[in-house]
Amino acid sequence: MDYFLSEEQQMIVDIARQITDEKIIPVRAELDEKNEFATSIMQDIAKADLFGLFVPEEYGGFGGGCFEIALALEQLARGCVGVATSYAASALGIFPVLFSGSKEMKEKYLPDIATGSRWAAFGLTEAGAGSDAGGIKTTAVLDGDEWVLNGTKQWITNGGESQIYTIVALTDPTKGARGASIFVVEDGDPGFSYGKKEDKMGIRSSATRELILKDCRIPADRIVGRKGTGFITVMKTLDVSRPGIASLGLGLGQAALDEAVPYAKQRIQFGKPIISFQAVQHMLADMAMQLEAARALVYAAAKHIDAHPKKMSKASSMCKVFATDMAMKVTTDAVQVLGGYGYMKEYPVEKMMRDAKILQIYEGTNQIQRNVIGQELNKEYS
Amino acid sequence: MNILVCIKQVPDTKDVRLDPETNTLARSGVESIMNPFDRHALEEGVRLREEHGGRVTALSMGPPQAEEVLREAISCGADDGVLVSDRAFAGADTWATSYTLARTIETIEAENGEKFHLVLCGKQAIDGDTAQVGPGVAGRLNLPYVTCVQKIRQSTDSSLQVERMMDDGYDVVALPLPALLTVVKDINEPRVPSLKGKMRARKADIRVMSAADVQADSACIGLAGSPTRVVDVFAPQPRGERTIFAGTLEEQVEQLVERLESYL
Repeated sequence: MDYFLSEEQQMIVDIARQITDEKIIPVRAELDEKNEFATSIMQDIAKADLFGLFVPEEYGGFGGGCFEIALALEQLARGCVGVATSYAASALGIFPVLFSGSKEMKEKYLPDIATGSRWAAFGLTEAGAGSDAGGIKTTAVLDGDEWVLNGTKQWITNGGESQIYTIVALTDPTKGARGASIFVVEDGDPGFSYGKKEDKMGIRSSATRELILKDCRIPADRIVGRKGTGFITVMKTLDVSRPGIASLGLGLGQAALDEAVPYAKQRIQFGKPIISFQAVQHMLADMAMQLEAARALVYAAAKHIDAHPKKMSKASSMCKVFATDMAMKVTTDAVQVLGGYGYMKEYPVEKMMRDAKILQIYEGTNQIQRNVIGQELNKEYS
Repeated sequence: MNILVCIKQVPDTKDVRLDPETNTLARSGVESIMNPFDRHALEEGVRLREEHGGRVTALSMGPPQAEEVLREAISCGADDGVLVSDRAFAGADTWATSYTLARTIETIEAENGEKFHLVLCGKQAIDGDTAQVGPGVAGRLNLPYVTCVQKIRQSTDSSLQVERMMDDGYDVVALPLPALLTVVKDINEPRVPSLKGKMRARKADIRVMSAADVQADSACIGLAGSPTRVVDVFAPQPRGERTIFAGTLEEQVEQLVERLESYL
């Protein structure tokens, strides 16, 4: 369906699609097998100016929003969700600076982010604080003109590959979630190190590591925004980044459909291509319908967020749940349509099914998202 | 370093067949693309500019539609694009094409008051497959040239050291600038167009030059200036065994002379 993109939006789609076709698809199976981070593809994405999509023009970026990021991510995810996640996580990692950082902090970090010469990562999750993000234990104590951070972050995307980390830590543990602040920790800061790389079911070309802060000392001006406002920034960061994750689901669903339909047309059983059997045709029809419905919802939510509305959480959560649940179903059905071949690593759909699962889990599980939607409905109808 | 890259718009020959009567490609209904070898030439030019500074100018001889590949070249890093286009160029073989391109290059150089340090071409166009235009342009401009370059090892404003791909290895060749190179795909991995590049390309003014603008002799251009005619198209048989002579230069020459005499 035509979504009436502007000329520049179409350019973003074309560039991301070319990166997927020329740079990602030829190597995705190998990256997956070797659990290898796609450094050179990230550099290709940087050279194409895509890292700067959401950075304001005054800092060297394109000045686009949620919708532009969604367009790029959808195309990159069609290639590999692991690669697309690496790119998305850098955006997620720098959003706190973009939303709450001082002018000096933005001038310090955003230009390099825009050129893709440095990447970011978001450090919130801990072993005891996943869905219950408020349960974090990492602390930050002011000592003279330095903050001292102590704690361990778990399962951080781009951990060990990025140079700029936004870490959520408690500056006042007695206040719970209201006592949290965000800090920029850089690769090389004293007391900052990485754990081993995780061995995951899917998105294996995305690097996932622990971040270890042991008396990590950073200059006092590395605090992002005002002390105690950490979770307000976190909520806004997640609201704006969810359509991006949803877009990963769109790209993945499209990639799966693009494998399933041609296969069904050429696989002959009982003397006919299997696409001529209604059972298969209905499956493909449902896959295509769900994909298109998800796309419409994601695009609408992204545009809604770009209009800077008072409330965006419900739209943001809805598109994340719908598109990621769709991606899990569509990739699973694609494996089913390809049958035995779908189960073999020689064919790309089993990787797609493995990659889909995480989309329902990270950036807030789809159960937490439903909580958010339920709570928003409750407020709306009061 | 001021670099000129010759680019051709060609049909996407993956989908195309030969017309048996004219022995040329049946082009109707096929998408047009930048000649893949030229894409690598452009990328190399952009990399040299990144290393040495200067400008990359993309040049194409073609119908008005060829402007598309010049814009594509700008989106991939070229600074500007020139289209030399005229009805009188139609039907040109490689002889007339190299004449036209050489005249255009000379005209631009006269305007600039200086020669290009380097002219880059792809090894061959995927529609004609002759690989003649690059050397033809070099001959007309009296430039030293190397074909089938797979790597530029060293470069300065006045000289290059390159690897020339051979069937069974490569030669290392040094040459002074100005010069011309034709390149093979192994030389680099071309970048994808950048967003800023595409925006620049959309706004760019593509200069169009006619036969008169480049002071082309009408007898040397187009069908009128094309002595060649395609008689037959076939894939050549693979060559037989080859020998590499060993020893001092004198010994090798003796062995070669013996071998040649044995064929007489």
